[in-house]
Amino acid sequence: MRAFLEVGIVLYTLVSVLGSFVKTVEHGFPHQPSALGYSPSLKLLAIGTRSGAIKLYGSPGVEFMGLHDENAAVTQVHFMPHQVELVTLLDDNSLHMWTLRGHNGLSELLEIGRFTLTGPPGVTRVTAVLAHSSGELLLLGTEGGHVFVVEVPGFRELEERNISLDQVSSSIPDDYIGRRNLEHVEALQENPVDPDQVIIGYGRGLMVIWDLEKKLAIQHIPATQQLESVCWTEDGKYILSSHSDGSYCRWMVGGQDMNEEEKSDIPYGHFPCKAISKIVQLPTEEGPPFLLFSGGMPRASYGDRHCITVIHGKTHVALDFTSRIIDFFVIRDGPQRTDPSALVVLVEEELVVIDLQTEGWPIIQTPYLVPLHSSAITCSHHVSTIPLKLWERILAAGKHQNAHYSKKPWPITGGQNLAPDPPQRDLLLTGHEDGTVRFWDASGVCLYPMYKLSTAGVFHTDADPNDNMNQGTEGEWPPFRKVGCFDPYSDDPRLGIQKIHLCKYSGYLTVAGTAGQILMLELNDEAAEQTVEAKVVDLLQGQEGFRWKGHTQLDIQEDPVMFPAGFQPFAVVQCQPPAVVTALTLHSEWKLIAFGTSHGFGLYDYQQKNSVLIKCTLNPSDQLAMEGPLSRVKSIKKSLRQSFRRIRRSRVSLRKQHVNTQLQEANARLEAELAEMELAPVQRKIEARSSDDSFTGLVRTLYFADTFLSDSSHNTPSLWAGTNGGCVFAYMLRLPSVEHRADEPVTAQLSKEIQLMHRAPVVGIVVLDGHGAPLPEPLEVAHDLARAPDMQGSHHLLVVSEEQFKVFTLPKVSAKMKLKLTAVDGSRVRRVGMAWFGSSRTEDYGESGLLVLTNQGDVHVVSLPHVKMQVQYPCIRREDVSGIASCVFTKHGQGFYLISPSEFERFSLSTRCVVEPRCLVEAPLHSGCSNQHQSQPDGASSTHRYINLEVSLFSSCWCLLNTKYIKE
Amino acid sequence: MNKNHRVPSSRSLNAVEVKSKFGAEFRRFSLDRSKPGRFDEFYGLLQHVHRIPNVELLVGYADVHGDLLPINNDDNYHKAISTANPLLRLFLQRKEEADHGTFGTDSLTRKKNTVLSAVLLRPDHNKKKPPVIISLPKDFRPVSSIIDVDILPETHRRVRLYKHGQEKPLGFYIRDGSSVRVTPQGLEKVPGIFISRLVPGGLAESTGLLAVNDEVLEVNGIEVGGKSLDQVTDMMIANSHNLIITVKPANQRNNIVRSGVGGGGGAASGSSGRSSDSSASYYGYSSHSAAASIPPHIIQNFPVGELESDEDEEDLVIEAGGEAEPIRHMASNHSMSSLPRYEPHLNLRTATTSTFSINTNGTLPTSGSSSSLSNIKATTPSPDRAMERGSLEEDGPGRR
Repeated sequence: MRAFLEVGIVLYTLVSVLGSFVKTVEHGFPHQPSALGYSPSLKLLAIGTRSGAIKLYGSPGVEFMGLHDENAAVTQVHFMPHQVELVTLLDDNSLHMWTLRGHNGLSELLEIGRFTLTGPPGVTRVTAVLAHSSGELLLLGTEGGHVFVVEVPGFRELEERNISLDQVSSSIPDDYIGRRNLEHVEALQENPVDPDQVIIGYGRGLMVIWDLEKKLAIQHIPATQQLESVCWTEDGKYILSSHSDGSYCRWMVGGQDMNEEEKSDIPYGHFPCKAISKIVQLPTEEGPPFLLFSGGMPRASYGDRHCITVIHGKTHVALDFTSRIIDFFVIRDGPQRTDPSALVVLVEEELVVIDLQTEGWPIIQTPYLVPLHSSAITCSHHVSTIPLKLWERILAAGKHQNAHYSKKPWPITGGQNLAPDPPQRDLLLTGHEDGTVRFWDASGVCLYPMYKLSTAGVFHTDADPNDNMNQGTEGEWPPFRKVGCFDPYSDDPRLGIQKIHLCKYSGYLTVAGTAGQILMLELNDEAAEQTVEAKVVDLLQGQEGFRWKGHTQLDIQEDPVMFPAGFQPFAVVQCQPPAVVTALTLHSEWKLIAFGTSHGFGLYDYQQKNSVLIKCTLNPSDQLAMEGPLSRVKSIKKSLRQSFRRIRRSRVSLRKQHVNTQLQEANARLEAELAEMELAPVQRKIEARSSDDSFTGLVRTLYFADTFLSDSSHNTPSLWAGTNGGCVFAYMLRLPSVEHRADEPVTAQLSKEIQLMHRAPVVGIVVLDGHGAPLPEPLEVAHDLARAPDMQGSHHLLVVSEEQFKVFTLPKVSAKMKLKLTAVDGSRVRRVGMAWFGSSRTEDYGESGLLVLTNQGDVHVVSLPHVKMQVQYPCIRREDVSGIASCVFTKHGQGFYLISPSEFERFSLSTRCVVEPRCLVEAPLHSGCSNQHQSQPDGASSTHRYINLEVSLFSSCWCLLNTKYIKE
Repeated sequence: MNKNHRVPSSRSLNAVEVKSKFGAEFRRFSLDRSKPGRFDEFYGLLQHVHRIPNVELLVGYADVHGDLLPINNDDNYHKAISTANPLLRLFLQRKEEADHGTFGTDSLTRKKNTVLSAVLLRPDHNKKKPPVIISLPKDFRPVSSIIDVDILPETHRRVRLYKHGQEKPLGFYIRDGSSVRVTPQGLEKVPGIFISRLVPGGLAESTGLLAVNDEVLEVNGIEVGGKSLDQVTDMMIANSHNLIITVKPANQRNNIVRSGVGGGGGAASGSSGRSSDSSASYYGYSSHSAAASIPPHIIQNFPVGELESDEDEEDLVIEAGGEAEPIRHMASNHSMSSLPRYEPHLNLRTATTSTFSINTNGTLPTSGSSSSLSNIKATTPSPDRAMERGSLEEDGPGRR
């Protein structure tokens, strides 16, 4: 009965400190972007993705996200001029209207209507959208060549205003070659000075200037090449067209001789060139105009480059991106808001902003949308509440690295960020495949890059440092300039970072990598040249019959290396065999690091730079661990999986705007075949774990604790290690006194060995103090940032295995409590973290809890010290293995996981720590030059337009919203 | 020997005729069916009528199927009274004698001779052969068992595999599949988990209780419906030390069908709310000849306590002594009886076995009635018999 009451109390208190589970914000760069839009009046950027998401970004901290119900790619995004609405076109030919609605002083992105043109699909497939500057009309060019006019936001078809193909073709000059078939509408543009005039560009090349009021063609422009894009110059006098043969033409509007292009050019000509997919010409206040176009590269020699060419006067640069260009736009500044100030380019893997007003056109660093995956993320580590001193030093180190960026402020400044300043400074460290560690400011909504550490300099790698293809040699044509930081190619996979541990109080950092390398680094504000001392540690300890078939160890640079300001390595440990490091921990007070691989673990004294302890955990009969990281069986499986993925991927990328039906059929067949193959019976072996299983010796977790290991009256430093085979080793450490720390040796002595009967991998070890709270981090108490642990009451050992949580007494190890997970619901622990939940009501009250992520993607909170399951929330899809593997918990009840290779989702379980975007976007006051009907962002005039909505799934829900809106 | 199929007598149905046998002596008396009173009173009455006031007794009765079932609490006492038709046949034994395996039952071997007959024959056997010819059943190790026969539908089978200490692998594979269920809307195809392969020589195969294409319905009392193949795999592995699988055998012909010996039929037997496994494990064995005649993997010849020691709590702790050489010794810090023991898992089996058998037979005589439950719960068997029974009936064994 007493036990029951106790549980009741714990439950009650934890509920008061636990928030509900919320996913708050996505950090990083959207996966597979497919469309770009920009509103010069709102100064907001919109990105649509292949998965149907629409994301809006303004000034840092201002972001909105919406998701279309249809799982279709967003192909176009258009802001309604001078309004807070935007229209998206999806792959399934549906149009969606979104708005930014104020609610409780904050803006929300809401879908307020949807529309699909009715008619035969071959004819009414929308290929071009023009959001008319009146804000009331949408012109939709279709595959059949017709242009439909739709009134927005109600999506009412104005049939009498439609521009049919017949109307246009009746007036085509007889000698035009493509007279028979104009093909689809490729482009629709409004005359910047006369909103009644629009130009309709047909796929075959013909362009027609159409008067919307008079409903007649004013001028025909008989281009003969396949049309790619059309641009009407600012003054309305010229039209630029770009074509599939890599040429562009300039045409005079309203000239006498209408049939001759004024100017025509194939910029990278002579040999066949690729299409120029988009062309823009922008004037400047004084001086020559800017001409920007994407593509047009010589097909044979540079057909694989992704380039945007910028020509301004005599300056001609072909910006060479590392991934496919989705779209670009130019932000204009200056007194008349005409001077191009920044070029914003959305490529498949990043957003690049180029300062066009500073000499050399440097890149402006993006405060958000940063490609986390510029090299693939291999691990992450979160550190909460960074002391200001360390924070500033890291920032300063980062500043040195950012010297090549433009000094201009971020040009996209829409909306106001109303989120309160983050209560603390949090750091997220990501380890990458290329051996870099990136430091991110994770305190707020924007995951801002602070500093990048590269570990490659310590080693000799295959890559030649002078092998820099980026800088074009003098006189090269086209004049390439490499831009963007997305670089998925790793010089040497052995450099990959696998484990990171940062001590925020001392500034010591340890990182460990794929080839068994462990680096100790120290923050230095000055650049320094030094030799890094390497220590090879043989984890096999004379184990017989071993044949390592994996990669070789990295070679250390023997000569002194110049390290820039920031974290500089001063000691390197190399495990032998050079297997991937699977566990790593640092105790900055004792100046010790512990590391483990699949062969054993070691303890290294980084003050004396010698190893204290080496323990081989390898089972001699474990052939897989003996041989190396990849068995043959596994690699075949892997390669099969990869090839299937490749097929699938190629299928996705083949999906283009104009889908070939034959291709579709072939794909359907392929899909069916794939599905069948995946349905082939998969069977699972049911077998109890045994000591002979593979990789039982793999070290999963390492932990330092000052606790009662041998007797209940004297606490001593200790090292704990947990293995894949359910074994826990405890070592008693003897540290010399402070004055002799540098010369007397540190010793370690095996004190306990616990073999869990269920033999599940040990993924976490924590010692709980007399109050049942986890022991504080090293130096935490010394810095007065944590209560000293209770050393009076008896300590307990919490061992978290993949299957259960067990609490043992100390120093005599006997089980006290346990919580089974796998035996009950079949889920297994994947990630575990200790968190402190502060109450939202009282400042000083809080509790520690264990955050657990299972292989089913559920987050559990387990109370301490009673190991009772408190709450459970679904968090990640269980199929998303990489998402689950990437999850990292913060010390304050938040967490991050990768939702794509380039994006972190942030979630929160705490009432006190919630980081989410809170922002407001106000409708622009229209100060346009034309006499257009002014849009009214709020009030009655905007409400009446919403009423005649098409019947849609959304409408009922919308009605509710609408009534509320009217009342307000 | 078939005494339990009697024509109801013309006497008042309200009265229960009781025939009580202790040793060679019989006593007859009657009880009011509507007011049976409490077990304590009944126990006192038995001691009184047999004039054995200070003898510790085990009370058993023959149910309608001829099974010998215990009476040791109010619930099963009432059950016995209410099902008596109209004769209630009681068999009393000295507790100390019962410990030596002098009586018991086995629901599964009913085909040859009913338990009841075995018990009745028992004195003859005793005369012919001394009881030590065959090793005591507790010296055998259980390998597998069918349990909860009477609370499961006849089409299902609950199989327990004892992995502990075995060198034999569990030896089976499972796969995804689909099965057809009858729903109010008609037949519905639902995903299910099936046994896909038995490893030759493995535990699963050697029991003969599991077969390829058997559908797995539960693992240790937890339904697998809605769980993925991987989840079920992990659940089975996590429970591998004491795995209880409920299957729907693909071959329904070998099912244990209630033969209806006593005329009660299979459906009625379910109401006894007791697993044959448990009664057998506690009450011992019908006779030595019976025990010997059936295959070893089916009989329930193990002390209850052994299962408790089978719990996965037996983590091995090696404490390093003052010197570097590690000394193996057991942690002996058992302040509470509910604390799991820490013993080397390689420890001699007999040692643990005897501890627990004394424990169960001596001090906690009722725990056997719910052995399957308490084994899994791994807690001190609750002295509250009624509650224990209740939970058994509601949840079935293995549920926590």
